[in-house]
Amino acid sequence: MNDMSRVERAVDSKETKIAARKVQVYYGDNHAIKDVDVEIEDKTVTAFIGPSGCGKSTFLRCLNRMNDTIDICRVEGDILLDGEDIYDKRVDPVQLRAKVGMVFQKPNPFPKSIYDNVAYGPRIHGLARNKAELDEIVEKSLRRGAIWDEVKDRLDAPGTGLSGGQQQRLCIARAVATEPEVLLMDEPCSALDPIATAQVEELIDDLRQRYSVVIVTHSMQQAARVSQKTAFFHLGNLVEFGETGQIFTNPEDPRTESYITGRIG
Amino acid sequence: MTEQQHIASAFDRDLEAVQAHIMKMGGLVEAAIMGAARSLETRDEELAQEVRQGDKAIDALEDLINEETARLIALRAPTAGDLRLVLSVLKVSANLERIGDYSKNIAKRTTVLVNAAEVNGSASALRRMAREVEVMLRDALDAYIRRDAELAADVIARDEDVDQMYNGLFREFLTFMAEDPRNISACMHLHFIAKNIERMGDHVTAIAEQVIYLVTGERPSESRPKADTTSQTI
Repeated sequence: MNDMSRVERAVDSKETKIAARKVQVYYGDNHAIKDVDVEIEDKTVTAFIGPSGCGKSTFLRCLNRMNDTIDICRVEGDILLDGEDIYDKRVDPVQLRAKVGMVFQKPNPFPKSIYDNVAYGPRIHGLARNKAELDEIVEKSLRRGAIWDEVKDRLDAPGTGLSGGQQQRLCIARAVATEPEVLLMDEPCSALDPIATAQVEELIDDLRQRYSVVIVTHSMQQAARVSQKTAFFHLGNLVEFGETGQIFTNPEDPRTESYITGRIG
Repeated sequence: MTEQQHIASAFDRDLEAVQAHIMKMGGLVEAAIMGAARSLETRDEELAQEVRQGDKAIDALEDLINEETARLIALRAPTAGDLRLVLSVLKVSANLERIGDYSKNIAKRTTVLVNAAEVNGSASALRRMAREVEVMLRDALDAYIRRDAELAADVIARDEDVDQMYNGLFREFLTFMAEDPRNISACMHLHFIAKNIERMGDHVTAIAEQVIYLVTGERPSESRPKADTTSQTI
C-alpha cells in the first residue's frame, strides 16, 4: 500500500553525515556529555531535545568545534564528518565552520547591509571571483533563506532593521552562503512569534533537500513538526535516538516517555 | 473550515494523505456492499468469496488510518478545524470498517443460501435496499470531501427510506415463515441480511453526522427520524 505521508516523512538518505563515537565533554571537572554515540544522516533534520542542562547544546557545539573557544572545555572521543575526524590537528576550525554552518538562538545579523551580511562568508573564503559571482551567491542564498522576495529591493538597508523572523531567515541565508554541508541550529525560533516560527520551520523542511540539519530545541512540538530523527538527552546521556514519529508515539525508554509527556525535566 | 494552506506544507500533505486513505477505504466498502448484494441476487458463490476476502484490505486500511492519525496528533498537535478533521477521520474510518464487516457477513450468509431454495423475490428487494445504502454512502463521502453539510443532511434524511424497506422485508419474512415452516432457515438468514443493510444505513448516517460536525463544529441538532418499528412488532 502506497502511503503518501510515510513517504513524505521517510528519511531520504541513509548516508551518515556525522558519526560520533564515545564522545565525552568536560567543563573542568564537570562531565557534561557521557559516552555519546550517534549517527547523523545526510539530508535529514535531526532534533536534539531534553531539559535544560542535559547537554544537547554542548553536544551540538562539538559538531563544529564551537567548544574550542571555551578554555576549560575538553572533548574526547571521535566525531567524524564524512569519515574524517574533525578534531584532527590538521583540520582548520574556520574551514570546518564553513562546512558546518550555525544559526543561533537570537538572530544576530552583522551591523552591515543585508547584502554584506550574506556576502561576508563567501568573501573571506574566496568563493567569488568578481562582483557578478558574488551577486549571484547573495541572491541564491537569500532565496534559499526564503527571504529574497522580501528584501530584494532593499539589499543596501541594514540587516538589523528587519523584523525578528526576517533577521533569523537572513542569518540562515548567511549560513548557507558558504555552501555548507551541515547546518546546526541552536534554538533558532525561541525569539520568534508563532508565524515567523512556522516560516522558519517550513524553511528548515525545505533546507533538508540539500543539507543535513541538526536543531536543538526546547519545544518538543517543534522537534515533532520539523524533524525526521529525534535524539533525547538527559543528564549528559543520549537516552534515546530514533525516528521522530516513533519517539512521539511510542518511545522505548521510560525517561523519554516521561519527558515528552511532561512528567520530568 | 478554511481552505487556506498551512505555512507548514508538510502538515497539508499529512492531512491530504489521511483523507486519501479514507476515500480509498470508502471505495472498497462501496464495492463490498454491491458485491455482497449482487452475489446474493445472482447466487454467485465466487463473488461472495471475493467479498469475504476483500474485507482484509478494508481492515488493513483502518489500521493504517489509526496509526497515521495517532502520528498526526502527536507530531502536529492539530487545533480547531484541523482537530475536527482528525477526529472525524478516526470516526469515519471506524464506521466504514463496520460497514465492511456487515458486507462480509452478507457474503458469508450468501454462501449458505445458494444451497437453499429461493424465497420469492426477496433477494432482489435486498439488493435494491443495498443499492440505496451504497448511494447514500457515496453521497456521504462526497459531502465529506466537499465539506457539504447540506448534502450530508440529505443523506441523514434518506436513512428513513432504508428503515421503511427493512420494516417491509421484516413483515414479508414473518409471513413467509408462517406460510411454510420449510422457509424458516432461509428466511432467518435473509432477515439477518436485511438487518445488516439497515445497520449499514445507520453507519452511513453516522458518517454524514461527522461531516456536519466537521463543517459546522456542532453536532446535528434535531434527533434524526427513526422509522425502524420492528422492535415493537409482534
